Amino acid sequence: MRLELAGITKRFGDLVANDGIDLSVEEGEIHCLLGENGAGKTTLMNVLFGLLHADGGEIRIDGEPVRFSDPGDAVRRGIGMVHQHFMLVPVFSVAENVVLGFEPVRRLGFLDRRRARAEIRRLSAEFGLAVDPDALVEHLPVGAQQRVEILKALIRDAKVLILDEPTAVLTPQETEALFTIMRSLVAAGRSILFITHKLKEVLAVADRITVVRLGRVVGHTTPAETDEDQLAAMMVGRSVELVVHKEPARPGEAVLEIAGLRVVDDRGVTVVDDVSLDVRAGEIVAVAGVQGNGQTELAEAVTGMRAVAAGTIRVGGRDLSHATPRRAIEAGVANVPEDRQSDGLVLSLSIADNLVLNQYDRAPYARHGARRLARVRADGERKLAEFDIRAPSAAVAVGTLSGGNQQKVVVARELSRPVKLLVCSQPTRGLDVGSIEYVHRRIVAERDRGAAVLLVSSELDEVLALGDRVAVMYRGRIAGVVDPSVGRDRIGLLMAGIDAVAPPPGGAKGESP
Amino acid sequence: MSAGERALSDAAEAAAVDARLVSLGRVRGMGVFLVLLGVVTLMAFALGVTGGARATFLLSTPPSIDLSPLVMSVRPVAIACALVCGGLGIVLLVRLRTQGSYLIFSAGFCAFLWAFLAWAARGNTLNFVQMLAETMVAATPLVYGSLSGILCERSGVVNIAIEGQFLAGAFLGAMIGSATGNLWLGVVSGAVAGALFGALLAFLALRYGADQIIVGVVIVAFCTGLTNFLTAQVLTPDQTTLNSPSTFSPFAVPLLDKIPIAGPVLFDQNVFFYGAFALLVLVHVTLFHTRWGLRVRAVGEHPRAAQSVGIHVLSVRYRNVILGGVVAGIGGASFTIGSIGEFSAQMTAGLGYVALAAMIFGRWRPFGALGAALLFGFAVSLQSFLAVLSVGIPSPFLSMAPYVITIAVVSGLVGRVRPPAADGVPYSLE
Repeated sequence: MRLELAGITKRFGDLVANDGIDLSVEEGEIHCLLGENGAGKTTLMNVLFGLLHADGGEIRIDGEPVRFSDPGDAVRRGIGMVHQHFMLVPVFSVAENVVLGFEPVRRLGFLDRRRARAEIRRLSAEFGLAVDPDALVEHLPVGAQQRVEILKALIRDAKVLILDEPTAVLTPQETEALFTIMRSLVAAGRSILFITHKLKEVLAVADRITVVRLGRVVGHTTPAETDEDQLAAMMVGRSVELVVHKEPARPGEAVLEIAGLRVVDDRGVTVVDDVSLDVRAGEIVAVAGVQGNGQTELAEAVTGMRAVAAGTIRVGGRDLSHATPRRAIEAGVANVPEDRQSDGLVLSLSIADNLVLNQYDRAPYARHGARRLARVRADGERKLAEFDIRAPSAAVAVGTLSGGNQQKVVVARELSRPVKLLVCSQPTRGLDVGSIEYVHRRIVAERDRGAAVLLVSSELDEVLALGDRVAVMYRGRIAGVVDPSVGRDRIGLLMAGIDAVAPPPGGAKGESP
Repeated sequence: MSAGERALSDAAEAAAVDARLVSLGRVRGMGVFLVLLGVVTLMAFALGVTGGARATFLLSTPPSIDLSPLVMSVRPVAIACALVCGGLGIVLLVRLRTQGSYLIFSAGFCAFLWAFLAWAARGNTLNFVQMLAETMVAATPLVYGSLSGILCERSGVVNIAIEGQFLAGAFLGAMIGSATGNLWLGVVSGAVAGALFGALLAFLALRYGADQIIVGVVIVAFCTGLTNFLTAQVLTPDQTTLNSPSTFSPFAVPLLDKIPIAGPVLFDQNVFFYGAFALLVLVHVTLFHTRWGLRVRAVGEHPRAAQSVGIHVLSVRYRNVILGGVVAGIGGASFTIGSIGEFSAQMTAGLGYVALAAMIFGRWRPFGALGAALLFGFAVSLQSFLAVLSVGIPSPFLSMAPYVITIAVVSGLVGRVRPPAADGVPYSLE
């Protein structure tokens, strides 16, 4: 099946999210749609999948124009979508999730579970998508959940699969496994439209590449004709520095000292288990790992956002094991949280107010218990310029800004006062390349000024670019602390809990608390 | 890693996660509680009676085959029960598995209850079979109420308006049943009354995204006021024509009603009782074994996922909330044309909320809710029998029993249950 998009245009008010996009996916090819966050990729996919209606242009299947009024239409015409945020019901079994909306039934609407299972086994075997039909989805690791999503599309006999940022949640090895699956799918005559912003993956797996920027197609190419630098330049619209320039670290004394730390999550499950780690002044320690291996909770514990079950956290010699966020702030800890919209900003407040959230009640922003609003406003305007925040004025609500500018507000607030320790969790998630460069530069500058930096990131590129040392977390424990020069493969294995150098620990299952 | 190996490691991971999630703490808590109950049984029921005290339990009522009454010597029975109760408590304290703990707890609690009944009936006669039969009668509206709640909440809408739907169904069922002289019309109009308020809840909650709890509470308040007003203004002036419906009489199932104990308890009841069981089975089977049920549960757990595979979230919710209204309305009608034969103001006495508690205790599953409804029904029935036996507990305190049990069960025994993930969360298409 050949899928063509011709001149697709989609407007939201004055904003043109897609502007005359042309793109075709041939049978049996992997076509990559490369673009930054906000380039209009997701909008285009939603148009293609019938979730949004285009204002102009048409979709053709094998040359014949089609109109999709809802996802059901798209599915019936052989289009399958693997959503970035999985559309799976956690408490359902794999089989129930796969057949939902497409259930094989016997008389009176009774579910034919046996047929569902058999069908899933058949597809699993055909395409190498190993998964137990009777397992509960909530118990599966992310990689397996993704296979369930792909099975959902295959059981509906999708000829073209759309994969929306599928590697964001995977380890390098899981990503490799996904690529193998993708290749076996196209070998069987299916086509794949692979949406991503990761250059390496595009070059590794694509047959053809379409690059979009600001809602427009800026070029078509193939991996043979191009390289990373050129793709990056096309994607961003100017040449970009893909490497972060930094001098070798000159570490001083330990600022952050974590010893025997144990943290439990909201369900009472131990998620950080006996972690000990030092971060010295003037160095960046990057914590790598697949999402959900305790990194988030580690950062939360250090910043006072989560209670410590056991162990100690010291910053600059002060015991902050049971400190409130307030005391952590006073001790000189800056926090760029993972979820900036819920933990980093109050979206309905102005930029100026958000910039002083950590010191609104003290000099110079308050006097005798009353806020000095003129001062807050004036400083806000000044910081717009200083931190390159693109906004009409500091009085607008922070929720109206783009993700990159929101993150700059967080960074501006946290770095506007002298800090001993900077904790950043996923500091560039969802940002455009320009903002990423900026945030990276500020983090390195803070290090060079003498701060200790604890960086949590699930982007391996970021870990390797910024980290002076890399601590890899796996199932709540530090699987190893290595120099970034050991390379992606070694770190990838550590992320999967496999230490290639040290002998493997006696049975991973024996580690349960 | 081969396909098979990967599936295996997924399964191992799943098992590890499960083991970490289930804690033994609650099981230990139940164990301590049972041991304490055992001690109470020993002190109060075994040692608190004179040595020769005897209790008589009648084990048969008319339709069934005659069984001779059970005459027990209270003290030895209470001692035996205390040992069983405390022993099971110790079992809970020392065992390492959590599976089956609720069953053990229930057995221990039954031993306690048996000793309590024997003590309460000392020197007296207790019609045990009738007590169980009345448990069934009291549980019937609760089953309807909790099934209504399950239908709504499994699709993601909280229906706290069951109490109001009960009142509306009871009122209209009585009035129409009385005016037309046709009880079946009474049932239908009860269902219609419930459906109307279900539709109102659905409309406000789904069309306007109003807070479901608040809409529900307001519907209850509205139904209470409306039925109070109409009772005073319409029913009372014309009591004989408008508020004197006959009632469904019990229907004895041939042969089955001869079974000792079970016959009078289960097979000599009225149509509301049989209807409740039929509906229970129907809801269970459809919810867990049909396409309809799978979709309802998907909508209640993850509406976006449901929508992404072409399921119309709002239609499912409208349909289920209105169906829930129908079920609650029928349950309401059972209050009037199922038992008393007259509507009186606020006669449902908060049982709509108790039904909601039964649904939660039953973990949003029909048979779980049945178990809870029977427990609450037993409390109601026990209360009336204790009043007759005059055990020395003031009757206002006895009337509190069902509600006290509700609070104890919901706060202590249930622990953290997991409602449907999207329960009460408004859904909007982007």
